Formats: sequence, structure tokens, C-alpha cells
Amino acid sequence: MTTQPLLSVKNLKVHFYTLRGIVHALERVAFELNRQETLGLAGETGCGKSVTARAILRLIDPPGRIISGSIIFEGRDILTIDEAEVRDIRGSQISMIMQEPKMSLNPVIRVGDQVAETLLIHDRSLNRRSARRQAVDMLAQLGIPDPTRMAQRYPHELSGGMSQRIMIAMMLVTRPKLLIADEPTSALDVTIQAQILALMQTLVSEIQTSVLMITHDLGVMAETCERVAVMYAGDMVEVGSVHNVLKHPQHPYTQGLLQTVPDKANPDQPLFSIEGNVPSLLEPQTNCRFAPRCAHVMDRCKREIPPVYNLNGDHQAACFLHDGSPEAQAV
Amino acid sequence: MLQYILRRLFTLIITLVGIMVVTFFISLVVPLDPLASIAGPQAPQETVERLRTLYGFDQPIYVQFGRYMQRLLHADLGTSFQTGRPVLDDIIQYFPATIELATMALIVSIIIGIPLGILSAVYRNSAVDHFSRVLSLIGVSMPVFWLGLVLLLIFYFKLGWFPEPGRLDIMLIEPERITGMLLVDSVIALDFEVFWDALKHIVLPAAVLGLYGLAGIARIVRSSMLDVLSQEYIKTARIKGLNEFLVLTRHALRNALVPAVTVIGLTYGGLLEGSVLTETIFSWPGLGRYLATAFLTLDLNAVVGGTMLVALMFSLVNLVVDLIYAFLNPQITLTAS
Repeated sequence: MTTQPLLSVKNLKVHFYTLRGIVHALERVAFELNRQETLGLAGETGCGKSVTARAILRLIDPPGRIISGSIIFEGRDILTIDEAEVRDIRGSQISMIMQEPKMSLNPVIRVGDQVAETLLIHDRSLNRRSARRQAVDMLAQLGIPDPTRMAQRYPHELSGGMSQRIMIAMMLVTRPKLLIADEPTSALDVTIQAQILALMQTLVSEIQTSVLMITHDLGVMAETCERVAVMYAGDMVEVGSVHNVLKHPQHPYTQGLLQTVPDKANPDQPLFSIEGNVPSLLEPQTNCRFAPRCAHVMDRCKREIPPVYNLNGDHQAACFLHDGSPEAQAV
Repeated sequence: MLQYILRRLFTLIITLVGIMVVTFFISLVVPLDPLASIAGPQAPQETVERLRTLYGFDQPIYVQFGRYMQRLLHADLGTSFQTGRPVLDDIIQYFPATIELATMALIVSIIIGIPLGILSAVYRNSAVDHFSRVLSLIGVSMPVFWLGLVLLLIFYFKLGWFPEPGRLDIMLIEPERITGMLLVDSVIALDFEVFWDALKHIVLPAAVLGLYGLAGIARIVRSSMLDVLSQEYIKTARIKGLNEFLVLTRHALRNALVPAVTVIGLTYGGLLEGSVLTETIFSWPGLGRYLATAFLTLDLNAVVGGTMLVALMFSLVNLVVDLIYAFLNPQITLTAS
């Protein structure tokens, strides 16, 4: 029972049917998220991190469509249950915090009411007064001064950091089992980022929520996550504990990504960048998507999709370099 | 809030004074002699000159202007040449019928236009959307006199569902005149037979004018709704687990209505001027016909009075629009400074 993960995503494939053709946004996304664990989802802009997040809530907007795969949450496949059941899960069991807190709050509704609404939607027996009271309590828990007055405010009266606190309150007030945080701090001032992250961590451990932390900031990842999944162009390239992935990366893309982090001890060194560009996603995946930019590229990388190799323990990488190595085993 | 309204009413007075001045000078440059139309084409020259002295047109322009302003500032709109009655009395006579028709037309365009706009945004490029597009196109491009005649032909002459042109059946007695609007007066008098008959009479002209207003409202609601539905806070609402109906009604609609209110206000302002063609076809004794006749016969006092009334109405409608804005969108604060 305890070994069963909270969320298990397998072979998730999402395509967007645009005028320019089919965009193969997600081709092979798979990871598991254990109870009360924080999993980081890393990768550059456009690699499909946010699409993955929205797919978990089954909220891919047209022209996007989930083609195949399974998303097992608490024993139920989110992709096959009916719409009413998914709506029931949204907001009460799986919540999501988004990148732009100021844009994510409705400008014409008082923030306290927006927080209370999440409660009211999922608990019909609750009356408006007690929902409001719970919302104010939640704001207080987030260290917001004078929460009763704050609840009466409108979003345009708040700063970015305050808006993100309201978002966190709105999404955690129902004590969900899983919180998806889609770049929760990248739109905020650097000085506020650490504060918001710390706040989120405290709250998350208090209500024992698992977190899927989407970020391109490897520093944030190292600080908050236990495990990390790395994506490249809609493909999952490496999964493992944060220590293994950041200290002993096994996929050339992850290695390159880590080299791009400037070295504080050696500030005069020129910044490193991975040669080449992200491939067009208009073609279906037929090979390793990183092959054109890879320093260790082999012939078969251009012809075949590398399988995911199980390395020691929890560590997995999708790269032919591990084919035949003693500890590796294809899954 | 109250301070804001008072300040707006003050600027309204300045606007009206400006309009008085402009109207006076426009009447000077009209290359026709108003006296000719008062006295008639066959009148002898001495009669015209007597009238000129009588109405003060022989005085220097600054004297005329001074008298004109003095008169207007005492709320004296003068006498209409065409009816021989004070212009104010004429307005009180004709304007209520126009308010009644304009309001009913506006109600028609709102109760059809807003839902239609929402539906075509939600079901974009579907049958509903195409239907709404065609209806809007018909609304703006069909001449009202043609549409009015067609509706009369079908619903009065052929089907007999609605009564003949006019405000009330000739066999019925009008209720005591309080507001001048039959629908309101009949309710006050508790005369529901008159109310029902007046309602049936107003349906067709209100439909003709309403279809015209509906087009603009449906288009603006559609486009602002599409814009709102792509906003991040709509995604937030879905993530919270709201169903689509609640997403639309609680989170999208109020945001989408802000631009629609402008269009609704302008539509109402336009309707309050009266519509000559619709009023003529439906024998509606409203302001539109009165003003059109006033312009054609160079009935200067009536023209000035009507212009002031229309300006006043537009200003009041704009004020109400701004108050509704502030109610819909908390980001707009009404300050008196």
C-alpha cells in the first residue's frame, strides 16, 4: 500500500492540431510521484512542462488533445473517468499554482471570496460565512497581516508577492493531496522568491501535500525537491533523486544543462551554452530529440528512440550511452 | 460617489450652454430665411417684415444672441412655429412615446444580444455563431423602413398576430396622463386591458429598432467574451473545479460586460433621439417625427429645444454608463478630482 505512488504518469502523449501542422508537444512523458514528496520537473521553455501539468488536471485547451497514456492518481486513471469526477478532483485533491499570480486572480471578485469559492465548490454543506472565515484563517496562516481586511481587497490592490500568497491560499485551502506549482516564483521579484518558496514548503509539510514543482531554475530545484525529472522537447530524458541528477547526471542534455549554471567561484569564465537549437516539434519523434546537439552522438541516436535505462536504484536515463553498461537495464 | 455625480452634473450644464451657443450660430449660417417658412410662400413682403420685427430678427446679432441666451437660461424654449405651442409642451407631448419605444427596443436588443454574444463566443464557429453573425448582419444592413413594412405585412396583415400601427386601439380610452408612457400610466391606473393592448402595439416597432441595436451588442459581447475566456483567471477557475456554467456566469460575464455597457449606452442614446422612419411606418407619435418636421420647416425654436434635449439625454446616459462601469469593475474608481 505505502509503496504505491500517489501519481503515476505513463507514456503521456499530447498533440496540438494547429494550422501549421500537428505539434507533438509531449511524446513520452513518464514519472511517478510518491506521497509527501516534492518532484521537480525541469527543462527549458517550451519543452512541455506546463502542458504536462495541465494534462494531469485534464485541462488541455483545444486545439490540444491527449492522444494516449495514463495518469493514475489514487488508483484512478484521470484520463478515463468522466468529466464530473475530474471536476471533483480539481481544486479539492489536485490543485495548481500558476506563473503569473496577478493575471491568475479574477479582477472583479474580492480575494477572500475567491479563496472561499474553492471550499464552497467542493463542500455543498458549507455556508458562505464559514467558508469566508476559513479563507481568512488560511490567509493568516500564510503570514498575511490583517487578513480580514486583506480578504476584502481586489487583486489590483495587491503586489505580485501578495497575489501569489492569495493563489497559494486559494489552492491549498482544501488541503489537496497534490499541488502542482508551475514556476510559482519566476514572475516575482528575487527578494520575494525565497520567501514565497519557504512559505509554500512550510504549508505543504503541514498539510502533507505532495508537490510537482515545475521550474527551469536549478537552484530552486536543488533547494526544494527530493526527486527530479528532466524533460527535453516533449521527451522525458532523465529521472532520479535530486542528488544523483544534479551531481552525477547521466543524460548528455542534463549534463549540458548543469554546465550552463554560472560558476560563482570562477566569475570570469565565459557562460556556457549548448550548441544548436531545440528541434521542431512538427515531426513525430523517431530518434533521440537531443541527438543533433549532443556531443556524444552515435549513428543509432539518429535512427532509434533510446529506451529508458534503469541505472543504479531510482535513477533512469533515456540514452544509448547506457546500453550494455553493467548496471543498466532497459525498461 | 455623490460628489462625482454632482461634478458630472455641473459639467453637463457647461456642455448644454456650449450647445446653446453652437446651435445659435449654426442657425445664423443656414442660407434660408426662417420667416419665409413661417409666413408661407405667398405672403406679402410687409407681412414678412412685420413678423421679422415681432420675432426680433431685425435686431443686431449680439442683441438676438443676448435675448436667446437669456430666454434659454430661464428654461424658456420659445414657441414652435409649426404647432404654435411652447416647444417645452411639444417635447412633453412627444418625448414619452419615444422613451417608451426606445426602452422597449433596448430591452429587446439586450435580452437577445447578450446571450447571443455569449453563445457565439462559447461555441465559436458553430451553428449558433453563424446564426448570430447572420442576424447581426441583417440587423445592421436591412433598412428599418423596409423591415418595418415586411413585419407589418406578415404579422399584422397576413397573420394578424399583432395590431395595426399606432400606440393604442382606437376603441380604448387612454389612462390618465402621468408619465405620458402608456405602459407605465396604464399600470398606475391599474387598467390592464390598456396595458396589454399597448404592449401588443409596441412589439413590432420595438423589434425593428431592437434588431438594429442587437447587432452591435452581440458583436461586442462576443469579442470581449472571447478575450476574457482566454485570460489566466478563467484557467484558475477551472483548476478550482468549477463547471463551465459557473466559469461563464461567475468569472467571465462580469468582466466581459464592461465594453458592452459602452455600446449599450450609445445605442440607447441613439434610440432616444427618436427614429423618423420607424415612427412614421408605425404611426408612432414620437420625437423623431417632430424633430424631422422641425428641421424641414426651419422651426428654429423646436430645433434648438430638440438638440438640447438630445444632448441632455446623451450626457445622462453617459453618466449612467460610467456609474455602471464602476459597479462592474472595481479597478475603476470614481473620484471627484
